[in-house]
Parts: sequence; structure tokens; C-alpha cells
Amino acid sequence: MEVPYTRPKLAAGWIVRMAWRDSRRSRSRLFLFVSSIIIGIAALVAIYALGDNFEKDIDNQAATLVGADLVISSNHSLEEGEQGIIDSVRGLSRAHAEEQSFASMVLFPKSGGTRLVQIRALGGDFPYYGKLETVPEAAGREFRNHRQALVDKTLLLQFGAEVGDSIKVGEVLFEIAGRLNQAPGQSGISTTIAPAVFIPMAYLDATGLNQKGSRINYSYYFHLPGGRDADVLAKGLDSLLEVHRMGYDTIASRKEETGRSFSDLSKFLSLVGFVALLLGCIGVSSAIHIYIKEKLNSIAILRCLGASSKQAFLIFLVQVMGVGFIGSLIGAILGTGVQQLLPLVFKDFVPVAISTDVSWSAILQGIGLGVWISVLFALLPLIGIRNIAPLNTLRLSLDTPSPIRDRLSWLVYGLIALFIFGYAYLQLSGFLQTLAFTAGVAVSFMVLFATASLLIWLVRRFFPASWSYLWRQGLSNLFRPNNQTVILVISIGLGTAFIATLLLVQEMLISRVSLSSSGNQPNMVLFDIQTSQKQRVAELVKEQGLPVIDQVPIVTVQLEAINGITADQARADSTLQVSRRALGGELRATYRDSLIDSEKITAGTWMGEAARGEMPRVSLEEGYANRIHVSVGDTLLFNVQGVRIPTLVGSLREVDWNRVQTNFRLIFPMGVIDNAPQFHVLMTRVPDESVSARMQQAVVTQFPNVSIIDLGLILSVLDEILDKIGFVVRFMGGFSMLTGFVVLVASVMISKYQRIKESVLLRTMGASRKQILVITALEYLFLGLLAAFAGVVLALAGSWALAAFSFEVPFAPNLLAMGLLIIGVTAITVLVGLFNSRGITLRPPLEILRKDI
Amino acid sequence: MSTILSVKDVGKTYESAGNSLTVLHRINFDVEAASAVSIVGPSGSGKTTLLGLCAGLDRASTGSIVLNGICLDTLGEDDRAGVRNQYVGFIFQNFQLLPTLTALENVRVPLELRGERNSRNRALELLDKVGLADRSHHYPLQLSGGEQQRVSIARAFSNSPRILFADEPTGNLDAETSDTIERLLFDLNKDMGTTLVLVTHDMDLAFKTQRIIRMKGGAVVSDEVTQPKEL
Repeated sequence: MEVPYTRPKLAAGWIVRMAWRDSRRSRSRLFLFVSSIIIGIAALVAIYALGDNFEKDIDNQAATLVGADLVISSNHSLEEGEQGIIDSVRGLSRAHAEEQSFASMVLFPKSGGTRLVQIRALGGDFPYYGKLETVPEAAGREFRNHRQALVDKTLLLQFGAEVGDSIKVGEVLFEIAGRLNQAPGQSGISTTIAPAVFIPMAYLDATGLNQKGSRINYSYYFHLPGGRDADVLAKGLDSLLEVHRMGYDTIASRKEETGRSFSDLSKFLSLVGFVALLLGCIGVSSAIHIYIKEKLNSIAILRCLGASSKQAFLIFLVQVMGVGFIGSLIGAILGTGVQQLLPLVFKDFVPVAISTDVSWSAILQGIGLGVWISVLFALLPLIGIRNIAPLNTLRLSLDTPSPIRDRLSWLVYGLIALFIFGYAYLQLSGFLQTLAFTAGVAVSFMVLFATASLLIWLVRRFFPASWSYLWRQGLSNLFRPNNQTVILVISIGLGTAFIATLLLVQEMLISRVSLSSSGNQPNMVLFDIQTSQKQRVAELVKEQGLPVIDQVPIVTVQLEAINGITADQARADSTLQVSRRALGGELRATYRDSLIDSEKITAGTWMGEAARGEMPRVSLEEGYANRIHVSVGDTLLFNVQGVRIPTLVGSLREVDWNRVQTNFRLIFPMGVIDNAPQFHVLMTRVPDESVSARMQQAVVTQFPNVSIIDLGLILSVLDEILDKIGFVVRFMGGFSMLTGFVVLVASVMISKYQRIKESVLLRTMGASRKQILVITALEYLFLGLLAAFAGVVLALAGSWALAAFSFEVPFAPNLLAMGLLIIGVTAITVLVGLFNSRGITLRPPLEILRKDI
Repeated sequence: MSTILSVKDVGKTYESAGNSLTVLHRINFDVEAASAVSIVGPSGSGKTTLLGLCAGLDRASTGSIVLNGICLDTLGEDDRAGVRNQYVGFIFQNFQLLPTLTALENVRVPLELRGERNSRNRALELLDKVGLADRSHHYPLQLSGGEQQRVSIARAFSNSPRILFADEPTGNLDAETSDTIERLLFDLNKDMGTTLVLVTHDMDLAFKTQRIIRMKGGAVVSDEVTQPKEL
């Protein structure tokens, strides 16, 4: 007769109670496991909170980003019809202002220093929202009524100038009325690239800098009365403005644009934080794996007493969820603390002041993500619980299935891949980019995993049996049961790869610019030279003992039609296969009879002189031709300062843009635009900074309208920008490195539990403290060395790919720095290993056995 | 008397790395309810494996085992867990207490698994019966070997099992403690009418049961009914 029985019920209360009871002696260790995710969660919570605050700050400060309700901008002076548009908006406005801005040289007479800056000539009471933040405060308002200038604080610092000194802009000497700390919409990075000098519009003509052919941006600011919607007004004008090649900005559009750029930055940083979190998760997974191995007997007893596999699994899942929650909570608190520092880190990149309010949504997101990701990565070892047989109470089961054969393992691997892909997709929003990121993460992990596995195999296969006992013991620790080789190689290797890539890329960017200035390449460019000044500027250069390496004319032209299709026609019929963006756009072209070193014809035939009676054949740079969907034989109609010139595309050129050369997207043959209004560019090479300064001073004094780009200056600006970006990347990368460090400490401490029994046995058998330490040191030496080496190789491979395919520069890594990095990382690994093992050697064996086993 | 355990043609073979190892060959015997049976034999004779199969901790490769009227061969692991929880008790040589649980909690686990509400009082009562009422809040590490085995006995009887399997219950204990444990086992066996199946090397202990099954090389070599010695 069959007797009834019932399957064990899940009983949630009992599972939670058992999880709590079982964790009694392991809580500190469980916490150690999840400590790996704390840093990653902190990074993400800090970034999420920054994003939340930034969004709020943009909302609150949006008006001060633009300084007005509506800005209409153009890169040409008002033509017929355009004045009417501006006047009509002025008629609707409460107030209006005007600005002309352009790049020009300035001279500080006191120090003799010169520099290319952004001149902003201002008329009217702009800004209407926010203010020009100056010291003294009144200077921001009062400079407009006098022959005075506001000078960016970085410029004053660079040239040792003070308020009350003079600054020469073009032909006019201005008194420095105030130090400019902040102008609407300006960020730290933008002032590094082009520091601003504000002057009153009334003095612009006197400077002589706004001559025909100069590249000036015109902005018209409008302060609208309450109730008048700037966006509605701007939308009404949209098509009209497009026809006249004018743009507009409103508070809403600038807010959206600023938010978008910051969102890109924030998404990138989230990915960096996510890598730190992933690294931590590998640590969690490995630690839980060892933990479950140690719990094997307890699980078998429970199964023996009648607990189902599901119940046993859930007990440990609840534990992981619990510690995952605590770890995430600590991470979230830490992240909220870190967030207080972020405005300092990002202040140079954003045009608004960022607040540091606690973001509850960021905290909740962080905790949710932390719990989910700790569970996800712990699932791999946890699902093994299902297969722990109750027979283990009597003897070790021979029938435990391999995790590789367990279908659920593959499901978990799939879930992990899907999660990484999904998270990356949310940040990157592009399928290919996401695929590249996920593949990059997978490849890095696999390379390091393969390296560790190879090491284990090699050490086993070629085990040096003749070496001394200490070396053999240290080496064999790498492959013995419960070794930490794989997890340590992955975590230390990834951390090292991170630092090494950062170093290599930074070096590469600097060397790319430095390379272009090496040899006899020009390193100073003089531009905006009027035709009447051409001869005299060249003579001045020669008088300074400098060569005139190149002198080329530049003509501003406008592309009006491609194969007879004009901008209006393209707008009216979207099926036409032409680039609407190219039509109406301005191009800087030159004319010459021959190709230069940096150019190569890839299609068609080069024609240096226009043939009489034929349509002139122009040459296009091939990338530009591709962008505007044009090939050899197509016709282009140009408007050259009012004169329409039909042309034929005669050839396409490949251009090496890395060379400091006057490279052009469009070249006319001789005899077509030779007499058009033009300015000239002259290139020279200065041997050192003092000659450069003397040269710049002479040019600015005699030809104030001529601007100079000094490659030395570009290098120093680039250096400064890279420093700022590098700081942010290092700050975020620091989370990964710190996680790597925590994983390292946690792994070493977990392996301590593994090693403790045998170390005690060794001590019982008479091994000295020193011998135990040597064995430990050797184990971590091998681990650290290999992991750091693998990380550096990964970084070298990645940087080589960047050098070859992205930056297109020769790859010459600093091997000394890489060597030092390997030594440094190895030393830290050994030290952490020794520090954490000291407990075993300092206390009597029996005490440790009683306490820890 | 009724049969509580029926073992028919049971064999066990382990497959490992392409090799097969047969540890039990065609074992046959029945056990009457409320009786006490010993399985004895040298190390490696297969007695512990047989105990594991009878208790439903593992599945036989051939033959069938019927426990309390339930055929174990067709049951999945979770069903067998249900059977163990309701009808089976265990005592192990190395006690197998959960190290993170107190004595009281260890005894409560089988009751809690059954969803019994009054598990605390029942567990305290059992601990009192084995003389450990005052040590109920101690962890296994804080108890001596004999005390741990007494907790283990209390746990084994907590679900009033129909059958109790004991693997070398006194194997890790000194003679005096062994006597106490044996007395407890047989008293509870008598008081509660629980069937007792013992695996032991200790012939003195074996002779205290009514039947001795001798094993060698994975097979039963003799099955004799004895006159139990007085405790």
C-alpha cells in the first residue's frame, strides 16, 4: 500500500530564517565578497546623481546659458533682406544687443606677450539673464561705456597682467577693466581653447579687425517681453533664416543641446563605472564559488533532513541578496559622498554650476543594480547547489555533474551577456558600438582567463621538481584546489590594462602633435593676411631670420548648386540625392598649378591651369566628395563673393591632414579665382620660444589684423586639455583600479581561509615564519607578475589598434613606463598578499585552528 | 509485523572517467517495522553505500527499494527529500550538525521543514530527553563529541521517524559515552516504536540488535537473527 508523503514546501519565512542562521559565522566573509561591488556602485551612484543634479541645474540656469530669450547668428554681415528679419524681431523685443566675435591676436604691452584669443565686441545690455562675472563686479556692466576690455582670467594669469593694465586689440589700446571669470554659456574647456576678450562694439571699427574677408561671427540677442514665446517666434522664422544661412538659439534649444552633450559624457562615464562594477562582480562570483564549496556539507545535511534542492538554493540566494543589498547600500552612501567632489572634477566641462543635492533616484538605481548584479553573478556558483547530493553527508559524492554540462549555467552565462549588452546599449544607443563594447569586455576577460589557465597548465606541465621546497610550494599554490589564480589574474590584469592604456593613449595624442612639428615642418601659421600686406609680412618674417616655407591665397566661396540642384530645390524635394547641408555652406579654397607633398590624386586628372573656353576643373578632397555625394564629372556651381562660377569636378585627392600644411578640400586651377577677394596664409618655422615670442610681437605690432597659430601654443593647450580630460578619466578609472585592489584584497583574504590549514600544518611541522612568508610572497609574485604582464600586453594591443586605425600614427610605446608599471603592480600584489597573511604567522597554530577552522 | 523496508536485487555501480565500479551486487532483504537491525562488515564492503540507498540519499543502479510502502526508485530527489523528512531519521558517525545553528535550532530544522508550529517546545522536550536542556543555545563547536551526538539523536527523533538509519553512531566516541548513546538510541527505539538500522564495525553494538546482516565485497554474506544482548 502506498503511503502518502508531501514534497517540502518553499516556506519563505523559514528560508529567510535559515539564511540568517547560516550566515552567523560567515557574515564578515560574505561582506568581504560583496565589498568588491561597493566601489562600482559608488561610481555609478555618483554619476547618476551628477546627471540628475545637472538636469535640474540646467532647468534652473537654462536662461543664463544663452543670456537672452533668442539669439540669431550668422557668419556674414547682414545683407539685404536679413536686416529686415533682425529689425522685425527687434520690434517685438523689450531689449536687444549685438555681438561680433572672431579670432585675433592681442598684445599685452607690459609684458610684450601676444596670443590668439576670441574677441567679442559687444553692443547693448547683453546678457539679460545671468551676468558677465567679473572682478571688480561693476566692470561687467561699465566696460561698454569706455575704451575698456574684460579679459579672461587665464589670459591675465598667463601674461601676468592686472586690472588697470593695457591690452592692444588691433589698432586700439584698451584699459583692462576687469577679470572675466564667467560669461553665459562658457565652460572651462572653451576658455582654455580660446580665452575671451570682451570689448565695446563702439570701438570695433577702430581696431581695424573687421575688414572684408575676416571670419566674423555675428550674434543678435533679443530680450522678449513676458508672454512672447521665443520658440514659437524662432520656428516661424526658421525657413527664412535657413535661406539666409542664419541660425538661432533659444533657451529651450540650448538647454536641449547642453543636456545632450552632458548626457553623452555622463553615459561614457557610466560605462567606465560599469566596467568597475563588472570587475567587482567577477570577484563576487569567484568568492561565492569558494563559499559554496565550503558550505557543501551543510547543504548536504539540510538535503538529508528533507530540504528540497530549491530550498537549499534559496537559502544561499537570500544570503547573497542580503549582502548584495548591504554592499549596494554602502556603495550608494559612498557614491553620494563622492558626488560632492564631482562638480570640482567636471567644472571645466560644463557651462553651469552643478549642485550636489542627494539624488534618491540615483541611490535607488544604484541599490537595485547592485542587488541584481550580485545575484546575477552569484547565480553561477549558486545553481551548483541544486546538484549537491545528500549522500555527501556519508561520503563525497562521485556523481556531481560538471557545471559546463549544466544547462542552467549556460542560461546564466546568456543572462550575463544579455545584461552587459543591454546596459551598454542604454548608454551607447548604437548597436555596433554596443557590440564592440560587449565584445571588448568579453575579449579582455577571455584573454586574461586564457592567460591564467595557460599559466596553471604550464606550471603543472613543466613543474620544476628540482627547485627548492619553498619555490615548489609557492609555485604549486597556483594550481592546487581552491586556488585564486584565475580571479586574481583577471582583476589585477584588467586594472593594469586600464592604467597602461591611459598612459599609452595620452602619450600617443601628444606625440601626434609633436611629430607634426618635428624636422623641417612648419610650426607657425600666420593667417588673415590681406593681399596688400602679403609682401610686407613675408619681408618681416625674413627679417627675423625665419624661412617663408609656404604662402598660399585663400578665397571664401559658397557652394550654390550640385549638378544644377540648388539648396531651394533640394529642400523642396527630399528624394534628390544631394547633400542639403553642403549647399549654401562656405568653403575656404585656394588656387594653384601643382600638387603639394601631402596630396595624391585618387581619381580623375589634375589640371593646374584652366583651359580657355572650357568649364574650369576643380579638385576635391575625396572624403569631402564622399560626404557631399559628388564624383569626377559632376558639376558644381560656386558663388565667389557675388560672382557665380560653374565648375566641373576634375579630380579627387587623398590628403594627409596630419601634416602641418595648408590643406584644402577644394582647389581651383590657376586663372579662375586669382582676382577674387582673398586673404593669405604664410607658414614658417621658429626654432624656439623666444624667437616665436619676438616674431609674434613684431607681427602684432605692425599687422594687428594678422593672426598667428603657434604650434607650441597648440601643444601646450592640448597638454592642458588632455590633463583635464585625463584627470576625469583617471578619476573614473580610479574606481576600476580601486575595485581591482579590493578584489585583490578580498581574494587574498579568501585564499587565506583556503591556505590557513596547510600553513598551520606546515608550522606545526616546524616551518619557520620566514619560510611561510617566502612561500606566500612567491605565490603572489608569480600571480602579480603574470597578471600585470597580461594587462600590459592587452593595453599594448588596444593602443596599437588605436594608433593604426584611429589616430593613424606610428606606434612607439614607452616600454620603460610599461616595465615600471609591471614592477609596481607586482610589488603591490606581493605586499597585499603578505599583509593579509601575516595573521597566520604571528599567532600560535592552535589559536588559529580553533578560531578559523 | 509489517515490513517497513524492502530491498530487492539492489546493485550500485559508479561510472567515472569511462570506468565503472560496482560496489553492491544484488542485495536482498526485508526489515520488519519497530525492529533493530545491524549491517556489519569490513571497510569497503559497501555497508555505508547500502545505508545511503535504503535511506533514499542515492538511487540504486539496479533493483528496487520500498520504504514504508513507497517505492524510492521512481522518485525524484525532491520527492525522496519529502519521504526522508516525514518518515526517516539519521545519525552519523561525525554527527553532521549544522555548525552555524544552536543545538535547539539543529533539532528544530526537520520540524520546521514540515511546517510544524510547535517546533520549539517539541525540540526542547527532545533535548531534555537526551539530557541537554541546559545546552540548547550552545553551538556544536561548544559541545563535546558525546553531546553533539546526543543533539544528533534528538534531531533524528524530532520528526518521530518510522525508521532511523545510523552510520557508526558511536564510531567517534569513547566507551563510556558510547554506552550512553547506545542506551538512548535503543530506549527511543523502544519508546517510539521506531525501526533501527545500524551500520557498524562494533560487534558489541551489533549484538544488541535482533538481526545482523554481514557484508563483504559488496554482497550480503550472512543474515542472522540474534538474541539481543541486554544493555
